[in-house]
Amino acid sequence: MKYVLMFIETEQYRKDWEAKDQAERDAAFEKVGRWFAEHATSITHSTQLYPATAATTVRLDDGRDPIITDGPFVEGKEVVSGYVEVELGDLDEALRVARSWPACPVVEVRPAL
Amino acid sequence: MTADAAHDVLARVVREHAGRLSASLMSLLDDFSAAEDLVQDAVEAALRRWPAEGVPERPDAWLFTVARRRGLDVLRREATYRDKLAQLHWPRRPVADDRLKLLFTCCHPALSRQAQIALTLRVVCGLTTAQIAAAFLEPEATVAQRLTRAKRKITDAGIPYRIPAEEELPERLGEVLAAVYLMFNEGYLSNGGERSHSRSLADDAEWLAALLAGLMPREPEAAGLLALIRLHRARAAARFDAAGRLVLLQDQDRSLWDREAIADATALLTRAARCHRRPGPYQLQAAIVACHAEAGRWEETDWPQIVVLYDMLLHLTPSPVTRLHRAVAVRYAQGPGAAMKELENLGRELDRYPLYHAALADLLRALGRLQEAQAADRRALEMTTNPAQQALLSERLGWM
Repeated sequence: MKYVLMFIETEQYRKDWEAKDQAERDAAFEKVGRWFAEHATSITHSTQLYPATAATTVRLDDGRDPIITDGPFVEGKEVVSGYVEVELGDLDEALRVARSWPACPVVEVRPAL
Repeated sequence: MTADAAHDVLARVVREHAGRLSASLMSLLDDFSAAEDLVQDAVEAALRRWPAEGVPERPDAWLFTVARRRGLDVLRREATYRDKLAQLHWPRRPVADDRLKLLFTCCHPALSRQAQIALTLRVVCGLTTAQIAAAFLEPEATVAQRLTRAKRKITDAGIPYRIPAEEELPERLGEVLAAVYLMFNEGYLSNGGERSHSRSLADDAEWLAALLAGLMPREPEAAGLLALIRLHRARAAARFDAAGRLVLLQDQDRSLWDREAIADATALLTRAARCHRRPGPYQLQAAIVACHAEAGRWEETDWPQIVVLYDMLLHLTPSPVTRLHRAVAVRYAQGPGAAMKELENLGRELDRYPLYHAALADLLRALGRLQEAQAADRRALEMTTNPAQQALLSERLGWM
């Protein structure tokens, strides 16, 4: 089955990240790199997104002109910061991969068509 | 046989066989939703026909035949299912008890607790949607929708049908035990509506706990939950008076307690604790209930031991509600002053919890602060929706 793991940052996580010095950031990147290497056989695609401050939302409501606004589609404290697509046997395997994610504190696991 | 007794027999027979049928169809079709639908059809047919025709000699074969016929009928367009079903004949070769797999799928943490319970009742215990709705005092449509969503999620999200791997087992077993215990609590003291005492959910929960304890002999927490449920039920006869009002533990007529059941459950608990030496929340809660159940009179309750058990429980699973219960034990072990100190630290966290205010009222009364006690009683009363609890609290308000 194909699953998408969406990585979600919280406000606190961003603050903590900004407070990190370069050595700490390098160490965090290395952990993420190791995670990708460990799961390389199941990962079919991955994307890291720019921060939500770079997002633009187009709202296509019926019969009206599209409304274009600055920011993500829901204004919230938690925003998607990237995702990977994995090919795995079942939800338990996907949850196991998600649990081992070493960076941002929330991961949404969603089956994909 | 009275109508109630006949109904109990029917429920028992269905429960004994529905889960096995679910498991056997599941292994055959490899489709949770399809298997579940066929079992449900067979159960509904049984509930319609057995009261008039009598329970067949081999209820398992009867249910199986109906499910198979129904399957051949409704799955006409699904050639692979049809072929599999067509090859199938009764009696089947004896198979391992796969109901454990069913339980782990139904109680997967990716499903909400309510969905876990509804699915378990349907798939493992063979309750109909209408029976589940009646037990939870919810509209049938709500329960039906919850079940449909849960089944769709199992298929769409790829929730597996298997016993979890060793390293995941403690956590996943915890999910199953929590669902069964909540089911028991709903049955033992339901939280809303007219009936404050519904028999069948407690029966189903006890039966499930026994099934789990039997299928997982290496897990002392399964035995712990079974002992806990049995210890509660052994005292059920004394919990309500003739007028249907809840009777407090200290006022209960202990001669109504089932001493034999208490001794059996305590022995089960001791065996589990000795064999495994892995205490867990259910074993500890059962040990606390056993302390109460073994006391011949309220005055003989071993409160210091209960406080120790609560300390162990808090160490494993810290929670404000457990701290509240510990404080009540402290009151009898060390006096109301010591308990009051504990309670004062909980006010903020438990402000919306009726039993906090009830316990507070009790302590204030013991300390002679009657006006404050009455205010706390009133707070408790405002918050509880259970008619028996409300009656008890309003009665207490009446004394003042």
